Amino acid sequence: MAKGDPAVSSRGRRAAPRSRRATTGEPELVQLLTPAGERIESATGPDGTEYRVDFTDEEYRGLYRDLVLVRKLDAEATALQRQGELGLWASLLGQEAAQVGSGRALRSQDMAFPTYREHGVLYCRGIDPIMPLGLFRGVDQGGWDPNEFKFNMYTIVIGAQTLHATGYAMGVHMDGRTGTEDGEAVIAYFGDGATSQGDVNEAFVWASVFNAPLVFFCQNNQYAISEPLERQTRVPLYRRAGGFGFPGVRVDGNDVLASYAVTRHALDNARLGQGPSLIEAYTYRMGAHTTSDDPTRYRIASEVEAWQAKDPIARMKAFLDRQQLADEAFFAEVDEQARAEAVHLRERVLNLPDPQPVSMFDHVYPHGSPELDAQRAQFSRYLESFEGSAH
Amino acid sequence: MSRIKEFNLPDLGEGLTEGEILAWLVKVGDVIELNQPIVEVETAKAAVEIPAKWAGEVRSIFHPEGSTVEVGTPIIAIDTDPGAGPVPESTTSAATSDLPTPSAASLAAVQVAPPEGMVEPGLIGGVTPGGRTAVLVGYGPRTTPAKRRPRKPPAPTRADHGVVVGGKNLPVTAKPAPQVHDRPRVGGPVLAKPPVRKVAKDLGVDLAALVGSGPLGSITREDVQRAVAGSTAVAEPLAAAPVTSGASFGADREQRIPVKGVRRLTAENMSRSAFTAPHVTEFLTVDVTRTMKALDRLRGRREWRDVRVSPLLLVAKAVLLAVRRHPMVNSTWAGDEIVVKEYVNLGIAAATERGLIVPNIKDAGRLTLRELADALTGLVQTAKAGKTSPADMSGGTLTITNVGVFGVDTGTPILPPGESAILAFGAVRELPWVHKGKVRPRQVTTLGLSFDHRIIDGELGSKFLRDIGDFLADPEAALLAWT
Repeated sequence: MAKGDPAVSSRGRRAAPRSRRATTGEPELVQLLTPAGERIESATGPDGTEYRVDFTDEEYRGLYRDLVLVRKLDAEATALQRQGELGLWASLLGQEAAQVGSGRALRSQDMAFPTYREHGVLYCRGIDPIMPLGLFRGVDQGGWDPNEFKFNMYTIVIGAQTLHATGYAMGVHMDGRTGTEDGEAVIAYFGDGATSQGDVNEAFVWASVFNAPLVFFCQNNQYAISEPLERQTRVPLYRRAGGFGFPGVRVDGNDVLASYAVTRHALDNARLGQGPSLIEAYTYRMGAHTTSDDPTRYRIASEVEAWQAKDPIARMKAFLDRQQLADEAFFAEVDEQARAEAVHLRERVLNLPDPQPVSMFDHVYPHGSPELDAQRAQFSRYLESFEGSAH
Repeated sequence: MSRIKEFNLPDLGEGLTEGEILAWLVKVGDVIELNQPIVEVETAKAAVEIPAKWAGEVRSIFHPEGSTVEVGTPIIAIDTDPGAGPVPESTTSAATSDLPTPSAASLAAVQVAPPEGMVEPGLIGGVTPGGRTAVLVGYGPRTTPAKRRPRKPPAPTRADHGVVVGGKNLPVTAKPAPQVHDRPRVGGPVLAKPPVRKVAKDLGVDLAALVGSGPLGSITREDVQRAVAGSTAVAEPLAAAPVTSGASFGADREQRIPVKGVRRLTAENMSRSAFTAPHVTEFLTVDVTRTMKALDRLRGRREWRDVRVSPLLLVAKAVLLAVRRHPMVNSTWAGDEIVVKEYVNLGIAAATERGLIVPNIKDAGRLTLRELADALTGLVQTAKAGKTSPADMSGGTLTITNVGVFGVDTGTPILPPGESAILAFGAVRELPWVHKGKVRPRQVTTLGLSFDHRIIDGELGSKFLRDIGDFLADPEAALLAWT
């Protein structure tokens, strides 16, 4: 950052213009699809960036299919928890567009660091949707290879993954894997509540001063469990980026097209070596924080209803219908596919094998350690001391 | 594969032990789909709808609305193939087909502590009430009775017994592990797990004086218990002791009763109140002969013939009239302000099978004496039947506890949270009493009033109690004078 002039970043670009308003006010959203399903040709971000998308008909339909499938699989997981088959589940209901839009904007070489709610992004990364269910059923520690899918393990500690992502992104930059069209970019997911964490603010500082190729993707779902947004911030979250010296933008998180456009732009900036940026996807958690939570105790029904009218899937369906990009047969076929995949998911979850107790030693270190090996041997002997064991 | 499947109440939150059935959304005979909402259950964390785990026909519903059900208990039975005709005996999910009784196996829910038993109840890793293992966060291990495989006979040598101390793996392969039962540990630190140390401390046992029977001569819980019992006999494993109900005692001659439901609520409320509101208690002994006579006259009236009339009725009336004269006692301490209420939701502490509950009569100050009598009767009957709703118990502003029914004279009651005064009404006894200058046998009782000194000073509390006493000493005169 140029000393003495906080409005100019080290890259010589003008940072986001400051507003004197000190309230969260009316959201200044980048939006390409209105809640009614009307397409907006292009939208301008706070720094003057023009956002637009140019999808084929098939790609539009594909996004719709993603949204529906992700929602259905999530609902099935919630039901499985209620039926005692999962210990816990953090539903993404209402946040599908933010996740599918940003998830589809990732290129194959890009790396993502999720929270525990990024089931939609996980799906877009091509990971078997049963993976997080094994985690929340308590039969494995996650199950997917973060390097293979370029999608890190779910992080339960609020905001911690932003520092992991920052370190990873700094490494990418130091390895010289930025600066070209096919460079690597990193995305860190977190929520509005996490912005109050020290970790997130530290990540902002480090990513900024080391010009890390990182997109901070904040899904502002309005609640940190039960704490509303006004308990987290007095300014719109995206404007915090200005104070750290990188651009911030607020996008309609229920608009899959705008979420895609904004994320793609930020990722491309990062991969070209232009440093981090913050995206605030303005959305709403329609369900509970997790299955252990009861949102009716801290928010009113009318608020939920108001957001119901901004549903990400309904607007996409209205758009496809209006533009005659899809017909009833298509919608029915997508619903049927979602239903079948949910049934399939259920069957597989119920048949997940319980892990071998010694497997807990397997993934602590990539190549083990003498101490761990000794513990494993001791534990194995303990298990073998029972009648009916294999030895 | 059995056709009739029983669905057990799952742990809907993280580490919950029970839930209340709020509403059944299906009934016996209904044909239901997979994931169709079947029941609404409220736990300590949330009220949620549970979706059906199987499609089929509802065969039985085991618990009515309003009942509290332990996690792991069957709540509904579903016939997953209703089109296949009558259910043969052998296809029900358990040995018994005697629905709607849940299968015998599923009722065998006595929780058993780990046989090792070396952890303290309630500590992390220990067994909490209800048998669940305490964990810092999260779901916790399952609570279904553990099926433990028997251990193999001990190997001839235990030379492979390693122990981790201070992060270093101490190999003990070079020499055989101590033969713990006959070899006292000599010198060095005393080996014992922290929970065992706590037990020893609690029981006043010096660990250094004991010979450990555990690995490497470490001292086990059993060693401590043996030392206390002064016996060399091997103590019964702790696991043999039932931890749930019944007056049965374990080898340690202690019984562990899970703290839950009304007991837990009472404990929490009383602790909170006792340590936040500075209580003052005052007593007043009153000649209530005239009140008892007035009650007799009331009972003799035709329109009161079917009404249950007890001394508590006139005590309630006395309290309500005294509140009208001293509204400040009917208030709540709300930190920055005192909330004085015009309405009196009069709480009546009631002992029920489920424990102490305090339902209240809403806006009791507006009721006529007859309405008050009916409300009291209804409240007591509802409480005895165990049907008092949460709404009946919330919003109380002032409470009477009728300890006299237990034959005692008075007490120093603890305020229900949010209330500023509670009256203990003691037994009415015939005692020698100076009445009109002579010692006479009179009906006498003792009133005890606890109040929150943050709001009510001694003067106000005394006046309030004095007025209640004056009413009971001469109800007719008080009514004429005050109303």
